[in-house]
Amino acid sequence: MSEREITFSEAIREALAEELRRDPRVFIIGEDVAEAGTPFKVLSGLVDEFGKERIIDSPISEPGFTGVGVGAAMTGMRPVVDIMFGDFLTLSMDQIVNQAAKVHYMSGGKLKAPIVFRTTMGATRRSAAQHSQSLQAWVSHVPGLKVVMPSTPYDAKGLLKTAIRDENPVVFIEDKLMYKMKGIVPAEEYLIPFGVADVKRKGDDITLVATSSMVQVALGAAEKLKEIGISAEVIDPRTTWPLDKQAMIDSAKKTSRVIVIDEGYEQYGVTAELASVIADGAFYYLDAPVKRMGAMNVPIPFSPVLEDLTVPTEETVFQMAKSLCQRS
Amino acid sequence: MSKKKETSSDVEHWLYAYEQMAKIREFEEKVNELYMKALMPGLAHLYSGQEAVAVGVCEALHLDDYITSTHRGHGHCLAKGAAVDRMFAELLGKEAGFCKGKGGSMHIADPDSGNLGANAIVGGSMGIATGAALSAKMRGSGQVAVCFFGDGAVAQGLLYEVMNMAALWKLPVIYVCENNNYSEYTHRSETLAGEIIARAQAFGIHAETVDGQDVQLVQETMQKLVDRARRGEGPAFLECLTYRYYGHHVGDINRTYYRSKEEEHDWRENHDPLKLLAEKLIAQKLTDRAVLDKILADVATEVEAGMQFAINAPFPNPSEVNEDVYV
Ligand SMILES: Cc1ncc(C[n+]2csc(CCOP(=O)(O)OP(=O)(O)O)c2C)c(N)n1
Ligand SMILES: [Mg+2]
Repeated sequence: MSEREITFSEAIREALAEELRRDPRVFIIGEDVAEAGTPFKVLSGLVDEFGKERIIDSPISEPGFTGVGVGAAMTGMRPVVDIMFGDFLTLSMDQIVNQAAKVHYMSGGKLKAPIVFRTTMGATRRSAAQHSQSLQAWVSHVPGLKVVMPSTPYDAKGLLKTAIRDENPVVFIEDKLMYKMKGIVPAEEYLIPFGVADVKRKGDDITLVATSSMVQVALGAAEKLKEIGISAEVIDPRTTWPLDKQAMIDSAKKTSRVIVIDEGYEQYGVTAELASVIADGAFYYLDAPVKRMGAMNVPIPFSPVLEDLTVPTEETVFQMAKSLCQRS
Repeated sequence: MSKKKETSSDVEHWLYAYEQMAKIREFEEKVNELYMKALMPGLAHLYSGQEAVAVGVCEALHLDDYITSTHRGHGHCLAKGAAVDRMFAELLGKEAGFCKGKGGSMHIADPDSGNLGANAIVGGSMGIATGAALSAKMRGSGQVAVCFFGDGAVAQGLLYEVMNMAALWKLPVIYVCENNNYSEYTHRSETLAGEIIARAQAFGIHAETVDGQDVQLVQETMQKLVDRARRGEGPAFLECLTYRYYGHHVGDINRTYYRSKEEEHDWRENHDPLKLLAEKLIAQKLTDRAVLDKILADVATEVEAGMQFAINAPFPNPSEVNEDVYV
């Protein structure tokens, strides 16, 4: 395998380009997706190869273009709907939750909506309360949807290609701060199956289950923990639904201590579900309660001094792990 | 669905339209009975009174053209070609239903006849119909999509988002607004400012208002709009003035607090789509009462048989409960 380093953003673009080339049913629709390539420039250049018929600039109508995508998916196309900021998912919720997620079941299996909703998440870009949320819990809650949260360029590419080929509606959530992150991505084609967690670092004393933006935070914390003699394992579920319960439970049984970290709000968050799965599956092996770390339960503030307090950091995860392992 | 291509004459076609309207009327009568006898789980929104809209519109379509439907969708479904027995089965939550009993009255879908499903979110299918039209255009399939919705649904913002896109991209979609004057228990004068078709016209969309009780007028107007759309001339909007004879749903029995008995009587007596068509055909000496009565009798037999089929059909196996969540 020939390996190269590319950015997260390039990995996303490659996945889209390859799928657009492979399958004429695939198209992209969203705001400023064509010549502008989105405000994050993730799609730059796609319009040159695939034209404006397949890279469709839409009006600022989230429910409208999301619904149009759902209808196209139900009638033989493979739309990738671009929802610029995850915060705007709330505008599209009826189309995602009441239409796309339910159409297969409600029709007794006769209709389907093979569609990808690409959107973003993540705070600390100084974008304040309406451009910083991580709403994965909202969509992970809904039967009929699959939810993907890649944490590396490699995962992003393989998972996005799988998402586009999936027969179901998939919400694909990208951390905005990760777009420039580089990583090794093979030049050859590959797919990554949903529902298979990845061990991002092996360890014995404590398990850090982390999603998306929090994987790097967990890896940083693990490095610090090593310096004080604590060996941390980092598990990335990669998809919050389907969920690889066994991988988390097995790691928890081995280490006996677990922290679950996700950038969504802590209240009723993804961390609550994962922690409950682990507590249930590894109860007799645990030496401490499963701890959860998410975004603070406040609207994300603007001032950097305040905003930085709201999300888990290497330092806060390190401190939590240290105290869980009863080291001072 | 349209028998136009198979029938040799206009008369045969309008007799078929009469039969379709009669089938919907009879179907809904039986649905009401099932509810009254507590044989049907839940509620249903009857289409009685509006038959000329569904039949006139669907007779202008091909079998593979798309429709999206509403909570008041039985008429759309039958007019587009769904079978009576499997519709009853769906309403009763039976395995043999169009959706294996998982959808019920407000979610009947029949992709084989181009029906992408009824929708219990008022206005919820406006995006789906517009997307189906985009898909038809991208695939070059020549299909058109029809979006049925009520006067109440005109208040949903989604309509304006998708009409804007349909107009910009010249999509083969026709928005059919069934203006029956009421959304639930509220007259449209309380909820609707301005004219309905002016909304479509604001986007440069060709729009017309017709008497929705006249199936011939509905079909002829619709045919024009469908032909335009197929020629690539873009979306259209058709407002059909109509009336629902029963309440908002089968349980809405005492209605005098929101509309008068006189008003209901007037529509039934003077604007009934079946009567209107019968009178016209007889006046033009194209048919006689005996032919029409025979149609009514045959329809009654078919509907009765369909209902009995559904009553006797088995419920789904409990193991079905978590099937079809994912493909
Ligand atoms: C989004 C949404 N809001 C409210 C309702 C409740 N509801 C069901 S039908 C209806 C009235 C719809 O009126 P109209 O569109 O005119 O259709 P009609 O019932 O007259 O056929 C309402 C308010 C709903 N199902 N969905
Ligand atoms: Mg109405």
